[in-house]
Amino acid sequence: MKEENVIISKGLTKRFGGFTAVDAITFEVKKGEIFGFLGANGAGKTTAMKMLIGISNPTGGEAMVAGFDVHTQQDAIKKNIGYMSQKFALYDDLTVAENITFYGGIYGLSRKQIREKRTKLIETLGLGEIAHQLVGSLPLGWKQKLAFSVAMLHDPQIVFLDEPTGGVDPITRRQFWEMIYKAADEGTTIFVTTHYMDEAEYCHRVSIMVAGKIEALDTPKKLKEQFEVSSMNDVFLRLARNIE
Amino acid sequence: MKVIGYIIQKEFKQIFRNKGMLPIIFVLPLLQLLILSNAATYEVKNILFAYIDEDRSASSRELIEKFNASEYFDVKASYVNYKQASEAMLKGEVSVLLHIPQDFERNLVRYKKTDLSITIDAIDGAAAGVESGYINQIIQGFNKKIRLELLSFSNGNSKPVRIETIPSFWYNTTLDYKTFMVPGILVLLVTMITLFLSGMNIVREKEIGTLEQINVTPIRKGEFIIGKLFPFWVIGMGLLTIGLILAKLIFNTPMLGSIGLLYFYTSFYLLVILGMGLLISNYTDTQQQAMFIAWFFVVIFILMSGLFTPIESMPKWAQWFTELNPIKYFVEVVRMVMLKGAGFTDILPQLIKTLAYAFVLNVLAVWSYKKVS
Amino acid sequence: MKRFLGFVRKEFYHIFRDKRSLFILFGMPVAQILLFGFAITNEINNVDIAVLNQSKDVNTQEITQKIDASKYFTIKRFLTSEKEIEEAFKKGDIKAVINFEKDFSEHLIKEGQGSIQILTDATDPNTASAITNYISSIIQSYQQQQNQGVQMDYQIHPEVRMVYNPELKSVFMFVPGVMTIILMLVSAMMTSISITREKELGTMEILLVSPLSSFQVIVGKVVPYIFLSMINAAIIIFLGITVFKMPIAGNLILLGLESVLFIITSLALGILISTMVKTQQTAMMISLMGLMLPVILLSGFIFPISSMPAPLQVISNIVPAKWFITIAKGIMLKGVGLGYLWKETLILIGMTVFFIALSIKKYKIRLE
Repeated sequence: MKEENVIISKGLTKRFGGFTAVDAITFEVKKGEIFGFLGANGAGKTTAMKMLIGISNPTGGEAMVAGFDVHTQQDAIKKNIGYMSQKFALYDDLTVAENITFYGGIYGLSRKQIREKRTKLIETLGLGEIAHQLVGSLPLGWKQKLAFSVAMLHDPQIVFLDEPTGGVDPITRRQFWEMIYKAADEGTTIFVTTHYMDEAEYCHRVSIMVAGKIEALDTPKKLKEQFEVSSMNDVFLRLARNIE
Repeated sequence: MKVIGYIIQKEFKQIFRNKGMLPIIFVLPLLQLLILSNAATYEVKNILFAYIDEDRSASSRELIEKFNASEYFDVKASYVNYKQASEAMLKGEVSVLLHIPQDFERNLVRYKKTDLSITIDAIDGAAAGVESGYINQIIQGFNKKIRLELLSFSNGNSKPVRIETIPSFWYNTTLDYKTFMVPGILVLLVTMITLFLSGMNIVREKEIGTLEQINVTPIRKGEFIIGKLFPFWVIGMGLLTIGLILAKLIFNTPMLGSIGLLYFYTSFYLLVILGMGLLISNYTDTQQQAMFIAWFFVVIFILMSGLFTPIESMPKWAQWFTELNPIKYFVEVVRMVMLKGAGFTDILPQLIKTLAYAFVLNVLAVWSYKKVS
Repeated sequence: MKRFLGFVRKEFYHIFRDKRSLFILFGMPVAQILLFGFAITNEINNVDIAVLNQSKDVNTQEITQKIDASKYFTIKRFLTSEKEIEEAFKKGDIKAVINFEKDFSEHLIKEGQGSIQILTDATDPNTASAITNYISSIIQSYQQQQNQGVQMDYQIHPEVRMVYNPELKSVFMFVPGVMTIILMLVSAMMTSISITREKELGTMEILLVSPLSSFQVIVGKVVPYIFLSMINAAIIIFLGITVFKMPIAGNLILLGLESVLFIITSLALGILISTMVKTQQTAMMISLMGLMLPVILLSGFIFPISSMPAPLQVISNIVPAKWFITIAKGIMLKGVGLGYLWKETLILIGMTVFFIALSIKKYKIRLE
């Protein structure tokens, strides 16, 4: 089976006045991959992602997401992707069930579909007892899992996760990555940004952004061989030092 | 289309779940309508009155009695000399001072004319003018009476001619200021609530991050905007309804025209206000900024709306400026329909201008809402 | 102390970096003063009226001319029948109709009396009264002219003196009024927002855990607004003096001190509001919706308190703005000193203490 590329970026650039936040990045992501988009804070990861998900106009370069152009077909892209923001943007003053219903409706699912998915989701996540509690009262770990599930509600081809594990404990992080694996197994492509280098080990391939440019792009194993280190953390340190 | 329904559902849930805000949205404005409508009056009553009577004659006592009997004046004290009295005026205990000189009665009888001195605290220039009017009335009345009495003792000269003026007050025979103010205050409250809530609403989603989440969905911006603003339109109309009921029940405000017409007009007026709220929230980053800007415009619009002071009294440039003030149109329409029984054709100019305003504002607002930056 | 100052400095940065809010903070009083000074007034000018003259004789024409010549009125239309009156009022452009009775001059000569009806659109009763009074007095002076040959005996001449404001300028009313409103609303609103925002963002807890005592935190948050409001007050007074030639009869320093007191009272109110609410939105709505109209209407700013029904007069006593307006007017316009204003000053101090005490109590309850 030929692996198709679901994300193709060629020289994608974003400039804010005189400052270049994303400097001509070129890469591809294959279907069903878990692609780690790494880099330090401020390296340009979030800016790049915003262009890919269609809420920021690129200043230069080209990119195709799910077969649609990021310059001209932003609405089509949005129909085919899911997004989980850094802030786990759920409504604190709505219940778990109500949040699911709302986002399901926004994605255009029918009432029947929403009902089915809602029941399934609540069961899978074990949220049965708290389905009617306000999201604001949930611990961070539950919110995180719920936010991910909401991003997947409409069965998108690609799901974009922006720093999804900020602030949660290691056990919850582990459980979360299990959810990601399951989704990838079922054919969903995962595009995840993070500044936790150890999470890079979980990805099929990673890219590392430094000051707006992609300075490394390969599987974690090959990168560790290349830099002759034993952890992704060290890969990053080496890279950063090399740049200096 | 269905998508709008989901947004509306969410908004209503959030509004009604916010227990702290509910009384502010519904109870507070109506409470203010009830209480404050009673405060608004330009009538001058209970004027603090004092006198210095150096004559102590039958005439002077009679004149003072006339002030005592008047419902406008409150005779507080009498003083022995001017120094005492002006001290009291300085303290704010007295607003009007009547000073009757020593030979008041004698001069009147002997020389057929006499003087009086009135001192008025004129800090409130408008009130002072009104007080001066009342005083004049009382003195003229007294003068006429004295003249008739005294004239009957002498040979009548040729009688003077008299022109009688008969006032007739239309739409408000009792000159009840409340009739005028209640509809106006209702307009104010409906406008404020709708503007503040809609202005802050979208900014809040910006602040907590859910706006970005929604921007990544395929929802069209028109659908999003309509869904967001519709609940506030409903709240505005709801407030209007409750306010009208209260106005009728408690203040017995007349409703000469058609209520349907009023609702018809208000439904378009609210579009202007919501458009304004949307525009403000597109250009601000925090709720505080949004509130501030909304407040700024609201205060200026209220002051220039003809609610507290008539537009006809403003200089020409200011009257021009009020053409841009949507509140002015609402106040006019409400008064014309409720108090004068105006019909559709009568309010057509205001309706057209409001519609134009709504169109321009909303187009601007929707255009400036960017799902993509 | 150094920590405290550092904290105050951060608060100043917050404020001055928010250019939009700053613009409104300072622009608001300027805009209001200018509006009040130039645009808003109750005086009537060039009011459009109509005349229904069923006599068309010498006297009625003379009276009509006299009225037209007055700067208060502009005769826009001449009606031909009584039926047209209702139409004119409904349209809304005519505010009054003068209706001369038939054969006016004849009545005047034969019976010594003639009558003129003054019909006004009294939806605005205030304007209607004023219009009626002005027209009446024009007619009265015409009457006086006609009677010049006749001796008017037994005439009382009242000499009326307007003190503190002989030209009846309205600036005297609104400069203290605008000052009061701006100081109160800005202080209360800004403080309550500032504190609740930290609560919402979660940074309040960080502050409370810091070496700063909670007292210092609150005071630190509030101090910048004292300065801001003083600047506002200064701008307003400055505009009043320069643009509107308002004299300050009394002691400027006393005015400054009393203003600081009032600002502190408003800030204390803002702090109290912030202890009662959870979100910025609620704080803002209470400050604006809950304070604005009552302050404008019950403080004596536009409508005189003495004319309000008794229960409202009582309620107006709990509005701090009412006391400050009395103080401001007293100092600016009457030139009185503390000796006359000690009662009002004491009341403001009392209110401040009350607000602060209540805030502390509520705060302590929450901690437990």
